[in-house]
Amino acid sequence: MVSNVNDMLAVNIAGIKMKTPVMTASGTFGFGLEYSDFVDLNQVGAIVVKGTTLAPKAGNSGRRMAETPAGMLNSIGLENPGVEEFIHTIMPRLAKYDVPVIVNISGNTVEEYGQLAARLDKTGVAGLEVNISCPNVKQGGIAFGTCPDSAAQVVREVKAKTTLPVIAKLSPNVTDIALMAKAVEAAGADAISLINTLLGMAIDIHTWRPVLGNIVGGFSGPAVKPVALRMVWQAANAVKVPVIGMGGIMTAADAVEFMLAGASAVAVGTANFVNPYAAVEVAGGIRDYLTERGLNQVSQLVGKVNCG
Amino acid sequence: MAKTCVLAQIIENSVIAGDVFKLIVTAPAIAGIARPGQFVHLRLTDQLDPLLRRPLSIADCHAANGTLTLIYRVVGRGTMLMTKLQPGDTVDCMGPLGNGFTLTGQRPLLVGGGMGLAPLVMLAKAFCSRPATILMGGRNEQELFWPNMYAGVCPNIHITTDDGSIGYRGFTIDVLPGLLEKEKFDVIYACGPHVMLQGVAAIAAKYKIPCQVSLEEYMACGVGACLSCTCAGTSGKRHKVCTDGPVFWAEEVAW
Ligand SMILES: Cc1cc2nc3c(=O)[nH]c(=O)nc-3n(C[C@H](O)[C@H](O)[C@H](O)COP(=O)(O)OP(=O)(O)OC[C@H]3O[C@@H](n4cnc5c(N)ncnc54)[C@H](O)[C@@H]3O)c2cc1C
Ligand SMILES: Cc1cc2nc3c(=O)[nH]c(=O)nc-3n(C[C@H](O)[C@H](O)[C@H](O)COP(=O)(O)O)c2cc1C
Ligand code: FES
Repeated sequence: MVSNVNDMLAVNIAGIKMKTPVMTASGTFGFGLEYSDFVDLNQVGAIVVKGTTLAPKAGNSGRRMAETPAGMLNSIGLENPGVEEFIHTIMPRLAKYDVPVIVNISGNTVEEYGQLAARLDKTGVAGLEVNISCPNVKQGGIAFGTCPDSAAQVVREVKAKTTLPVIAKLSPNVTDIALMAKAVEAAGADAISLINTLLGMAIDIHTWRPVLGNIVGGFSGPAVKPVALRMVWQAANAVKVPVIGMGGIMTAADAVEFMLAGASAVAVGTANFVNPYAAVEVAGGIRDYLTERGLNQVSQLVGKVNCG
Repeated sequence: MAKTCVLAQIIENSVIAGDVFKLIVTAPAIAGIARPGQFVHLRLTDQLDPLLRRPLSIADCHAANGTLTLIYRVVGRGTMLMTKLQPGDTVDCMGPLGNGFTLTGQRPLLVGGGMGLAPLVMLAKAFCSRPATILMGGRNEQELFWPNMYAGVCPNIHITTDDGSIGYRGFTIDVLPGLLEKEKFDVIYACGPHVMLQGVAAIAAKYKIPCQVSLEEYMACGVGACLSCTCAGTSGKRHKVCTDGPVFWAEEVAW
């Protein structure tokens, strides 16, 4: 089958149709609008917006960002304007673009995740990414994402309250990622995304104090790529639902690695800060790679790593 | 025209004093629209380390010949890499970012401490038909390059140094109340260390003079997407220093 060259990058993840397999990772592309001076948002596979909660959230105090070798630590603490502000003022502006918008949701309790899911139904969003993996908030967040039972409970609740596709975003801060992946799949997740940030720390040797106000933070960027790639490979081998891979993707070559490991789509995170055009350039690079190899559909890469 | 990323060509990169450098680059798309108080975000290497861009204030800008002047102090790896830039090289420059100063007032007083004096150069020039006064503070006499930079731009220059090696011995905020009592300033613009800005804001409030401050925060994206840089605002909301600022009215900031 020879597919149209324009379609060679198209993917359908759990019913979310994307022009390219390259999404933007939650918390690293704002609401997309922040980057609209640089990027034609219509060219992005999907925009995953910042972690959204029921009530507005101020996030953590003190220093929130530290650079590390080929990476960074953040302790934003889920600062966001709340779901109502998103629905009333942000989504209408995003709706002008022809790009799927996926909302990353976060709650303090299982019920809150359900309420968020119900509220976002029929608002024009294309899907929900359930954040059970934020390392920067005490309640909720990672607490749900490091225990298979509670992760499954959250996903089940969200599934019960929405008709939208549900993506479960996994934390890398666990010993057995395959176990987590299976748990959320069994609970009904339509797709799985990983990895969220790794728990990290930096210390100022002049003051003997932690660099971040929150003491610990989420580690991301190219330095985490080998860990992310390994986890995506392990998770993809454990489940049948599509896997969205992320963690340190800077270039098309990085994205191809994730797809060979089993990811059906990828997300670009920290790279956006360095290069606002990253998501579009990575997609273009994947197209070039496919063309060079005589392939006509990006799905031909998925899970093709030869470990034999 | 709006924010862009351009490959800016280096025209000059020279030491002006100690560990402080002046970098002049050609970036017409940015220079054509930049306003005092705005900044650029520089990507200093194609390598992955150091990874993030570095924010630097626009110290001066010539729309006609498309150049930007940045004044930077070498403090770490990024600024050290900057010292290696040679005329003819290019650097990935994102800008102009942030909101600049609001140019109100007929008798402005500029207050700058340390590298906070960089954005005030462009501000002082914008006021050039009005008699801008500047109060500048630094560590010692070695920072004497600043008065040279403001000569011909600010008719009145007041100086303080921490060690008294030149000007008044002490801080800008020690001198500020006296200045405000002597002269009738109708607006204050301040940029410098956080404690200085806090002091200036308190004094401005006491004398009921409108005051704008330019804040500095650790930044990743520079465009309002990552929320690394937020600071507490008096309205209860947090402000993004990169896009709501870096310039704020002093009363908007919860000091
Ligand atoms: C809006 C704005 C305007 C600025 N304008 C100027 C200017 O005109 N001249 C000047 O000399 N400096 C200015 N600074 C500070 C300048 O950004 C830092 O000195 C510089 O980033 C240090 O980089 P480095 O790699 O040498 O230091 P490192 O210590 O190696 O940097 C490590 C990380 O910390 C960040 N960082 C370090 N110091 C600061 C700081 N003070 N503020 C924010 N981030 C910091 C770096 O960007 C980097 O991400 C400005 C900062 C901001 C936020
Ligand atoms: C500043 C920042 C904020 C983030 N905020 C969120 C968030 O709100 N919700 C979430 O699920 N992940 C969040 N993440 C994690 C990213 O979406 C992504 O999973 C992680 O950064 C790994 O990808 P990367 O290495 O390409 O950045 C954030 C990451 C960064 C750097
Ligand atoms: S630096 Fe990213 S929001 Fe300000």
